[in-house]
Amino acid sequence: MTAFGKLIRTTAFRLTLVYLLLFAVFAASLLGFFAWNTRRMITEQITTTVNADLGDLTSLFDRRGLRGLVYAIENRALRPDANLYLVVTPSGQAVAGNVGALQRGTMAASGWVETAYQRLEEQDTGPHRALVRIAELSNGFRLLVGRDLEERRRIFGIVARAAQWSILVVVVLGLAGGVFVGRRVLRRIDAMTGTTRRIMAGDLSERLPVGRSGDELDRLADNLNLMLERIEALMAGLKEVSDNIAHDLKTPLTRLRNRAEDALATSRDEADYRAALERTIEESDALIRTFNALLMIARAESGQGGAAEDFDVADVANGIYELYEPLAEDSGLTLHVEAAPAPLHGNRELVSQALANLVENAIKYGKPANPAPEAQPAAAPSILIEVRRDADQVLLGVTDRGPGIPEADRRRATERFVRLEASRTQPGSGLGLSLAQAVAKLHRGELRLEDAAPGLRATLAFPALSGEGWVERSTQPETHPA
Amino acid sequence: MRLLIIEDDRESADYLAKAFREVGHIADLAGDGDEGLSMADGGDYDVLVIDRMLPKRDGLSVIGTLRGKGNRTPALILSALGQVDDRIKGLRAGGDDYLPKPYAFAELLARVEVLSRRNGGPAEETVYRVGDLELDRLSHRVTRGKEEFVLQPREFRLLEYLMKHAGQVVTRTMLLENVWDYHFDPQTNVIDVHISRLRAKIDKGFDRPLLHTIRGAGYMIRDGIR
Repeated sequence: MTAFGKLIRTTAFRLTLVYLLLFAVFAASLLGFFAWNTRRMITEQITTTVNADLGDLTSLFDRRGLRGLVYAIENRALRPDANLYLVVTPSGQAVAGNVGALQRGTMAASGWVETAYQRLEEQDTGPHRALVRIAELSNGFRLLVGRDLEERRRIFGIVARAAQWSILVVVVLGLAGGVFVGRRVLRRIDAMTGTTRRIMAGDLSERLPVGRSGDELDRLADNLNLMLERIEALMAGLKEVSDNIAHDLKTPLTRLRNRAEDALATSRDEADYRAALERTIEESDALIRTFNALLMIARAESGQGGAAEDFDVADVANGIYELYEPLAEDSGLTLHVEAAPAPLHGNRELVSQALANLVENAIKYGKPANPAPEAQPAAAPSILIEVRRDADQVLLGVTDRGPGIPEADRRRATERFVRLEASRTQPGSGLGLSLAQAVAKLHRGELRLEDAAPGLRATLAFPALSGEGWVERSTQPETHPA
Repeated sequence: MRLLIIEDDRESADYLAKAFREVGHIADLAGDGDEGLSMADGGDYDVLVIDRMLPKRDGLSVIGTLRGKGNRTPALILSALGQVDDRIKGLRAGGDDYLPKPYAFAELLARVEVLSRRNGGPAEETVYRVGDLELDRLSHRVTRGKEEFVLQPREFRLLEYLMKHAGQVVTRTMLLENVWDYHFDPQTNVIDVHISRLRAKIDKGFDRPLLHTIRGAGYMIRDGIR
């Protein structure tokens, strides 16, 4: 598209054209009204003058007769800027006056007529227009008194020329203004377009130019810049998450492959192969679980929490208590729950799973480090699930009486695949706390690991129900050192 | 049981068909949504196994169209999308069950068998009976022979679900979904512990066990001799 084509397509330019048209119509109608009124006024003035003159002359005729009338007319016709006079006999013969020629048949009528005429003394110019009144005198003669319309025509001409000029000026100024505004807008839009092209080409760090005037374009640019910031943050988060997942999955995949290879190299009979295959299926099941957990962590970390609903955290605590109570008992522990009603807005399923992970950890690692042998068999070491409402927080905690996590290791504990238990005698993927933390963050809360002296208290702390900020919240995924 | 498998991945489809045939079912295959829809519409199938993402017409649309025509054949959706939201969408579209990929065949088989029974089975009886074990769903009484058991509410629901599907394998995931309403995968054998508690109540001291562990699949309640 040419520069001119672009210019005349700008909104500013089109708006200018519309205004221009409106203004021209307005100016024309104003001038038209003015012209019409002027004409009416002049006509009125002429009528008054002619009427007075005619009345004067007829009364003169009545008093002094034809001679007096002719004398008076000859006299008046000599004055500068005189009216038009003509007296004719009943047969149409001119007797007196300053009118040389008259449009045929004018004298036959009576009353007001607009007609063409020529003065006696000026033969050269063409006929003029005049407004005349004709009256019949008592002796059958006819008297014409009138006035030239030249003045009216001249004023009309002045107005028309003024109209032409003013419309021309309006159009020229309007177009120039349109071009000016249009080009100004166009320059800024072109600058924005250039930037967005570069952004689309992949440079997400570019930002739109924002002027200082604070007009609508600046506000638009400001908003777009905010949006770009959000997109950049999301893209960075996404990239990090996918990098992490790729990294995290390679470990178990390598293990799976090694086992298969080992089985292929060392198995001797069908039973060996069968056992190896069964192990492989087990491993791949574990891998699927790990993959699901990673995906869930990634989604939660990137702020995709799925459907949110209002629910009571106490129900979640009771449900998980009920699910895990037999398992805890089998492991020689007792599970308790103390839950006060605590409404929360979020994903019930994810919170349940986070709590389940904490409880599983407590069951796996929550046995006292050096159990007093046979000393107090009645009091089984207990795990407490607790729901409390703080001032503006909902606290969902799991406290065990195990060895706890040393201060120095607590930060590391929530990283993916970190298992603090060096011997790895307990099953697990090392993702439990990572998921719990991701779920807490998704709900704008946090996971706290504290010393319960003795034991560990893991607490999911959520901001109490505020009714807003579920997915809208800006998400900055945690950086996980690889 | 006659099955229709609508799955565009040839290898998975062949594997499924072979596996279903090995356990004695009839399995037909359709390779895309349109073909699947016309076969499902015309054939008299007990269960449809439908991949969610299909060429020509996606799985949810196939189910939606069938339901629109009044075809109520139970449908199980297979999908790589495993989120709770996706499951809800699938069930809302008219699916009867939802299994995220990858899955164990035992899990799929158990679910398909439960679905096929749902279509014509006497599901909503007031009293379930397996051997001499009786569960009254109204009075919440569980008896075996002359003995009456005191069950926790959750134990009752667990037994109720097992007895509703007596003679069928129910997997741990199915129990977790249907008895506890959780859709995540616990890392521990939490369901097994519940089962063994239940077993301690209803089978202990009787010479014929009713609650059986099916290796590699799950559990089944049935009278010893079938």
